Amino acid sequence: MDRASVGIMAFLMVSATAVTVAYAQKDAAQDSIEAYREALQDGNPAELYEASGEDLWKTPAGPKAASLERCDLGLGPGVVKGAYAQLPRHFADTDRVQDLESRLLTCMQTLQGKDPKPYIEASFTAPPKEEMNALAAYISGQSKDAPIAVTLAHPKEQAMYDLGKRMFNYQGGPYDFACATCHGQEGTRIRLQDLPYIPSAKGAAAGWSSWPAYRVSAGQMWSMQWRLNDCFRQQRFPEPVYTSDATIALSMYMAATANGATMKTPGIKR
Amino acid sequence: MGSPMKIRASVKDGVTEIKVLMGHEMETGQRKDANGAVIPAWFINEVTAKLDGKTVMQAQWGPSISKNPYLAFKVKGGKAGDKVSVTWVDNKGDTRTDEAAAT
Amino acid sequence: MTQRLMERRQILTFLGTLAAAGFVLPKMAFANWDKVAFEAKTMDEALKALGAGTPATSGDVQIVASDIAENGAVVPIQAISKLPNTERIAILVDKNPSMLAASFDLTPETIPEVTARIKMGQTSNVVVLVKADGKFYAASKEIKVTLGGCGG
Repeated sequence: MDRASVGIMAFLMVSATAVTVAYAQKDAAQDSIEAYREALQDGNPAELYEASGEDLWKTPAGPKAASLERCDLGLGPGVVKGAYAQLPRHFADTDRVQDLESRLLTCMQTLQGKDPKPYIEASFTAPPKEEMNALAAYISGQSKDAPIAVTLAHPKEQAMYDLGKRMFNYQGGPYDFACATCHGQEGTRIRLQDLPYIPSAKGAAAGWSSWPAYRVSAGQMWSMQWRLNDCFRQQRFPEPVYTSDATIALSMYMAATANGATMKTPGIKR
Repeated sequence: MGSPMKIRASVKDGVTEIKVLMGHEMETGQRKDANGAVIPAWFINEVTAKLDGKTVMQAQWGPSISKNPYLAFKVKGGKAGDKVSVTWVDNKGDTRTDEAAAT
Repeated sequence: MTQRLMERRQILTFLGTLAAAGFVLPKMAFANWDKVAFEAKTMDEALKALGAGTPATSGDVQIVASDIAENGAVVPIQAISKLPNTERIAILVDKNPSMLAASFDLTPETIPEVTARIKMGQTSNVVVLVKADGKFYAASKEIKVTLGGCGG
């Protein structure tokens, strides 16, 4: 590690300690924010997206004029309930470890004859991605209250996890950030946002169990791929390709670390 | 036409609690687009709720109501199976009515 | 669409004439959207437009909301009136460009409490105005907003 990085790390560790102390006092402001978040839980606009996602799942579309109802999300063709809680996973037909959105693209291609390219290239607020966000809301909602249960039994699943863990700690970009810079120590926050300590089961669960989520600040339904994309943006990293192995690896790392926790999707966030 | 509302109505101890989630942009008319042009105001300005055919609440709204509005209120009386209907009208004259049975 | 709007205007003009003549408007008629109140530029103007003048502060008007809103785009507010014969509950945000957020007209069957979500452009006082027995009462609560909710 060069001197600059050491300096940055030292600075971050000192600030982390200071912030940890402040955070540990659990002030009235924090209670207030929690009350605010509580109040948001009842009546999540994500439900509106779950409804349109369900529509998209069941409506025939594409050159093959077929619905997605035969799509295998890991629990058998058409089984949606509980599927999201067990993703990412290895699929025999593609011989790939896939997350939800990557698997949806596979199904859209094989069942509906759709070309995945426009979906991959579209911006997150454009119509093709709006479909993906709605589908993600619907399918993740069908895993609400299910225990997160991903396995690393298959060698490719293990490899994906290992890659994800390395990526999580890999410093890069113009600020020499890694995911770990923000999510790699206990008790930190940016302004009023608590940053979950992802290498722990609890921290990973905080993140993995609550996305896809409706973001009230933007009035948008964010899928997990969108959330990851934005993390890359915040670190000033190059933009990852939608559903690329890089994104699936990080998802695998988080999901496996979160194993056993309860899915609360779709979430609602500021 | 608008997008479908989610209405939940539950009866408990002689009171019907009604919760509605509406899909609407609720554009304030304060924002500007990338070219600097004002995005026109577009918001629900009237809401009417009925329980078992009787109007129980009428509201006038402005653009300060959040996007994808949530509304909750309680009405005395009501029983399981009663029809709850909610209608909104927006400033462009568009309207939507959705119904649900109280449980 | 235009046809419908024209018919509506005709109905409202007719009802307006009735009201001016002292007839009570039927409950089923939808109230004319209170443009003056919704476009008021100051709290005093808004209160005046609502016919509230200077409302009496009352402990029987309660605002249940978190002291801090993590984001001003969606601030849940529960407005409660403990006053008998509450006819109307309105929610106003002092520092919003559009001060009057909502006005709810209740029937005797409606329990006088309402939960809504409002936009707040910045930290501001939120005022709940209640009309009960023909008189106006109000309560106010400051809600801090960490990130303004109107800019998009």
